[in-house]
Amino acid sequence: MPVAKKKNTVKKNNTLKLKFDTSWSYDPAPESKSAATINKQYDLFINGEWQKPVSKKYFNTINPATEEKLSEVADANAADVDKAVKAAKNAYEKVWKKMPAKERAKYVFRIARIIQERARELAIIETLDGGKPIKESRDFDIPTAANHFFYYAGWADKLEYAFPNRKTEPLGVAGQIIPWNFPLLMAAWKIAPAIATGNTVVLKSAETTPLTSLKLAEIIQEADLPPGVVNIITGAGSTGAAIVNHPDVNKIAFTGSTDVGKIIQRAIAGTDKKATLELGGKAANIIFEDAPIDQAVEGVINGIFFNQGHVCCAGSRLYVQESVAKEVIRKLKDRLESLIVGDPMDKNTDIGAINSKSQLDIIHKYIGIGKKEGAEMYESSCRLPGKGFFCRPTLFTNVAQSNRIAQEEIFGPVLAILTFRTEDEVIEKANNSPYGLSAGVWTDKGSKIFNMTKRMRAGVVWANTFNKFDPTSPFGGYKESGFGREGGLHGLLPYLNLQNI
Amino acid sequence: MAIAKTTLKFPDFSLSPHIDQVGVEERASRFTKRSIKKDSKMNGLKLVLNMIDLTTLEGKDTDGKVKQLCYKAMHPHDAITGIPTVAAICVYPTMVKVAKKALGNSGIKVASVATAFPSGQAPKEVKIRDTKFAVNEGADEVDMVISRGKFHSGEYNFVFDEIAAIKEACGEARLKVILETGELGTLDKVRRASDIAMHAGADFIKTSTGKIQPAATMPVTLVMLEAIRDHYYKTGKMIGMKPAGGISKSKLALHYLVMVKEVLGEDWLNNEWFRFGASSLANDVLMQIVKEKTGLYQSANYFSVD
Repeated sequence: MPVAKKKNTVKKNNTLKLKFDTSWSYDPAPESKSAATINKQYDLFINGEWQKPVSKKYFNTINPATEEKLSEVADANAADVDKAVKAAKNAYEKVWKKMPAKERAKYVFRIARIIQERARELAIIETLDGGKPIKESRDFDIPTAANHFFYYAGWADKLEYAFPNRKTEPLGVAGQIIPWNFPLLMAAWKIAPAIATGNTVVLKSAETTPLTSLKLAEIIQEADLPPGVVNIITGAGSTGAAIVNHPDVNKIAFTGSTDVGKIIQRAIAGTDKKATLELGGKAANIIFEDAPIDQAVEGVINGIFFNQGHVCCAGSRLYVQESVAKEVIRKLKDRLESLIVGDPMDKNTDIGAINSKSQLDIIHKYIGIGKKEGAEMYESSCRLPGKGFFCRPTLFTNVAQSNRIAQEEIFGPVLAILTFRTEDEVIEKANNSPYGLSAGVWTDKGSKIFNMTKRMRAGVVWANTFNKFDPTSPFGGYKESGFGREGGLHGLLPYLNLQNI
Repeated sequence: MAIAKTTLKFPDFSLSPHIDQVGVEERASRFTKRSIKKDSKMNGLKLVLNMIDLTTLEGKDTDGKVKQLCYKAMHPHDAITGIPTVAAICVYPTMVKVAKKALGNSGIKVASVATAFPSGQAPKEVKIRDTKFAVNEGADEVDMVISRGKFHSGEYNFVFDEIAAIKEACGEARLKVILETGELGTLDKVRRASDIAMHAGADFIKTSTGKIQPAATMPVTLVMLEAIRDHYYKTGKMIGMKPAGGISKSKLALHYLVMVKEVLGEDWLNNEWFRFGASSLANDVLMQIVKEKTGLYQSANYFSVD
């Protein structure tokens, strides 16, 4: 095959288009399902053993990419919650509170090790149950979950160094309710600091993604954790309400929607229950004209399309300085075309399935609202699978600050793009939101970064990167994005009473 | 107004876009996560082989050595049918005539390094004569080196003018401009040098001579591909890319192919616009092709060393 003849044609700028639907394409590279075992039915993990639900009820959990049933799990009612809380209280009083901290640490460390050993299986189940690409569950969710246990295992016997001149004391029973976007990772965020500091736990996983939490229960059994220290139950909103309202629960840790967060706040008002709430967000990702544009574009893509946009800190509002807006939008559109949407089990998939039918409906509703508001919609030209819940990566240009798609959390692969002129203007616009979980700043100028981080009302501000997580780094919100911090030394505090010595 | 129009023909290169190294490395590593299996692997391997500039650039090069390499270029591995040839042979100017004759009408191009390769430390006139010599001997393509010293001293106009002069000396031959990125220090400078070369008339931009470490890397190549993309959108002109040196394994070459596919797309996925400068890559690709066809790895002894 000789070299093709040189073409000397120079095309006109407005007709230029890169073709990403190439003749050389990737064949399917699916991860094997056989490395994971999923039981037909799961009971509740209470007091170190699998117990049939008092409710006698079970509900299905499905694979959102195929709509096929994976398993059925117990639907815990108030009586089941009571059993779990009693087991946790008993374990707290009789075993866990009294155990020397360095012994507690060994158990936490052991859980981390077993998660690592069973990483492949956990990644497969996470992807089957939740719809996220196997690439992300394999490279992000599972390793980061293990890292959280490792990290907090280290703190268990060093609390006096974390809080010098204070005596620390665990709170008791922690009721923990987690969302469906990072099922195992959120369980790790909640359980690791709680048990490392000497508390016991009743954890409820999300209705659509219970399986990796139940696998974690198996791991906890394998790690020989004393019965009742960690209890894992499944159910829907009413199960969560029963945990929140149980009188023997001393602490609520919740990650989820702002609406539910408000209900929890009302429910625990007037009690001595402590709470940590990690709620919604509508993060501003800000590109200045002096930014490294190509890397900023990549960061924006990662910021909004990571995990199908099911990320509370997703960079869903993009602010671009007007002088570079055209260029940035063109590059975003090109990049959208090279994102691979489809079977989450395929190792090449970048964007998997939307977690549930109801979430897909919400996303479609907002796309409709955006169009009605007069914003210009652009979506990838990719083909979607015939079955399952899928959504093309989408962006809106010509968005105004007053548009609902710029104000409300969509929790899907939808980016709203706004423009700005000056630093002051963009700070005002970025802070003009009921949320304040995260933000991103893209500029080559260090002093600008420090000015921005100081003035942005957001729990995390990323500079020239986005969606970076580490167990050592605290995470949490301002305003309606919640309160309390998870991760890092700060993440110990919500599980401790501090006393002056 | 008329004056302003004629003097502002090319941009201020000190204003080339900023590059964030951390971001580039992260993006580059994402390409390596693509899983290339079955047909896509076979087709990719053939494409890679067809993009290779089979290279010998040694002081001890002889007619005999070059002739043997030319035979290899035309018949990479006759034990298996359906194997493409490489794109070109890359040699020193004195070897161009030999290569040209050996390759005959096979369609395989002869590329010649020129301009006091690899250091580029020679007067402009010498570089022009070097280039003209190679072209007169029959070179289809010229691989020049930029004056890195002048580039580091901020004499961008000098670098620009030199490339433009060599381009003129090339006549019909296509010009590949070697930036020698291993000597440039930062990705910001890689981008700036790419912009200068493209505006000055390069048909291809190329990472390295192969004589300096590090040679081609994925982050450096990514920055250059993005420069090519921006240049295309700005001017409508396609520029080719040639990473050279340090790519000796098929798997890595396939990662580069993924990068071209996802940054520039279909139009660049052929040997007119993308090349690998390599000497040992061909045999690894052949070994993988045979493995894909037969299911078995053969020992390196089954593949000719030239």
